Amino acid sequence: MSARPFSVAMLWAVLCVTSARAEPIGDADAGARVFGKCKSCHEIGAGAENRVGPHLNMLFGRSAAGIDGFRYSASLERAGTNGVEWHAETLDAYIENPKAFASGTRMNFRGIGDPAERADLIAFLRRYSDNPANIPEADPTAVGIDHDVDPAILALEGDPDYGEYLSGECTTCHQSDGADRGIPSITGWPDEDFVIAMHAYKDKVRPHPVMQMVAGRLGDEEIAALAAYFASLGE
Amino acid sequence: MKLNRRLFLGTGAALTATLSAPAVFAQSKPRVVVIGGGAGGATAARYIAKDSDGAIDVTLVEPSRTYFTCFFSNLYLGGFKDLSDIGHTYGKLASDYGINVVHDWAVDVDRDARTVMLAGGATLSYDKLILSPGIDFVDGAVPGWDVTAQNAMPHAYKAGSQSELLRAQIEAMPEGGTFAMIAPPNPFRCPPGPYERVSMVAHKLKQINPTAKILVIDPKAKFSKQGLFEEGWTKHYSGMIERIGPDFGGDNVSVDPAAMTVDIDGSVESVDVCNVIPAMKAGRIAEIAGVTEGNWAPVNAADMSSKADPDVYVLGDASAQGDMPKSGFSANSQAKVCANAVRGALTGSKVFPARFSNTCWSLIHTDDGVKVGATYEATPEKIAKVDGFISQTGEDSALRKATYEESEGWYAGITADMFG
Repeated sequence: MSARPFSVAMLWAVLCVTSARAEPIGDADAGARVFGKCKSCHEIGAGAENRVGPHLNMLFGRSAAGIDGFRYSASLERAGTNGVEWHAETLDAYIENPKAFASGTRMNFRGIGDPAERADLIAFLRRYSDNPANIPEADPTAVGIDHDVDPAILALEGDPDYGEYLSGECTTCHQSDGADRGIPSITGWPDEDFVIAMHAYKDKVRPHPVMQMVAGRLGDEEIAALAAYFASLGE
Repeated sequence: MKLNRRLFLGTGAALTATLSAPAVFAQSKPRVVVIGGGAGGATAARYIAKDSDGAIDVTLVEPSRTYFTCFFSNLYLGGFKDLSDIGHTYGKLASDYGINVVHDWAVDVDRDARTVMLAGGATLSYDKLILSPGIDFVDGAVPGWDVTAQNAMPHAYKAGSQSELLRAQIEAMPEGGTFAMIAPPNPFRCPPGPYERVSMVAHKLKQINPTAKILVIDPKAKFSKQGLFEEGWTKHYSGMIERIGPDFGGDNVSVDPAAMTVDIDGSVESVDVCNVIPAMKAGRIAEIAGVTEGNWAPVNAADMSSKADPDVYVLGDASAQGDMPKSGFSANSQAKVCANAVRGALTGSKVFPARFSNTCWSLIHTDDGVKVGATYEATPEKIAKVDGFISQTGEDSALRKATYEESEGWYAGITADMFG
């Protein structure tokens, strides 16, 4: 019973402190570059869809955990139920330190400490919301995800049984029930996102040394198999 | 003696066959006995039971009802974890996976009859036996020390009551007193372990007894993550830690637990706490089973089967496998390869090629985590290293914090992978 009022109070504390520090308006073009940190999981612009994270079109005014059918954390669902909506202030607090804003959020992102950088990013995000910026959806900016992968590789059908065996190497760290403390959840991802992320590690585009090492010796078929298996765990 | 026992067993089996039809039916399922419920044994038992869906009868023999992981036990010494954070029970392996969990000591193995004898008197038959007994200490490795002295000079290298004892002794040290550690020679469980422990003890002492000293007596010239630890010790615990390597007699040490003294190459030092980590060998049951050569049990890299017996597998610290360090992560990785091979041998399920990996995280100070890791493959000779990485000196604090948080995630992951 006591958990909810406490978390609301905490949230207000976070909002009051951080809204005072939010930069009034940022540079949306600079923000487009900052968005590079987000686009491995989030799409924005024409044709944007939910990926590992929800799409970010029409974000302003949307309530937290507001896209039907997207699997949010209980923390973010609770924030939505408690009336949190995405505006410059709330986004600023969330992006600064996601886990401080919603402790259980699945958004596995360390946050952006620099207020100016956050303001730029928020200005960029605003371009894709009618309200309050009243700017129409911009033309084809659909960036997909962050790494180019040969369509033939993306088209591979993975064998989930083989993926289950290979997953033993993953589940020492990534929990098969989707829990994600300290190490991200990898269950229930769209196959394609999983494959792209793994190839980004394999090609050393993504920086994490453990993942570069693990992905480095996985073949295309093996990555497809893992994608098929872990996608099935989220069903 | 051996002949008598076999005769008795043979008679017992015949009686069972004639008198008890359901027992015969139940026994038609292939049987796997796993000795040791740590990172190797618990993982192997769980994967065999989970993936065979009841087609294999799995028994896990582990004396402890609550298992305290050695990994993260240094964080308990440093005050970052409670003992309850690193204790795990076996209830889910029994209830969710149908594993027969037997809390008893395995005291003998008859490889001809394929049976395991328990201290409580029971006998378990197996088709495949998995030994994952961890480590024991080499007798006489540190002159003056044996297991009867482990209260005066704890090893705390099997977690639980020894960890509690060592922490209590550290907390009770006189102001400005000396904590000594006798570090072990290679190979030993958890290569960065003694040095993470030094960091954690320093962290604790800096808070409660900042003029205390730490003396590390080490028979090895070099140690795991040395550059990272030494950088961290200078940064966080300047002037507190002294290490005596073999150049200065660190390989010629004896102790007197009654007098609380350490003799380092003829020079006798009085100390207040002495953490003796002796040379190690495979858990004794591996030697009793006759699968060891020297201190460790040689295995085939492809499936972790013993080089002495194709129906016996040896996992984790006890095995001599090649390039992998003796770590919980390694044991967990080897267990999954072994489980896949055992299941294939007993049920005809598909056996996939072996792949191994390891990462070891260490905590140096609050939010200052480092890691080292590698991937490995099976070759005809050994488990061979393929590729690896290590944290770099001079990394920024945000990365070190993320590395520590990652280690906490890993802890949650591997313990879920072991205990369900």
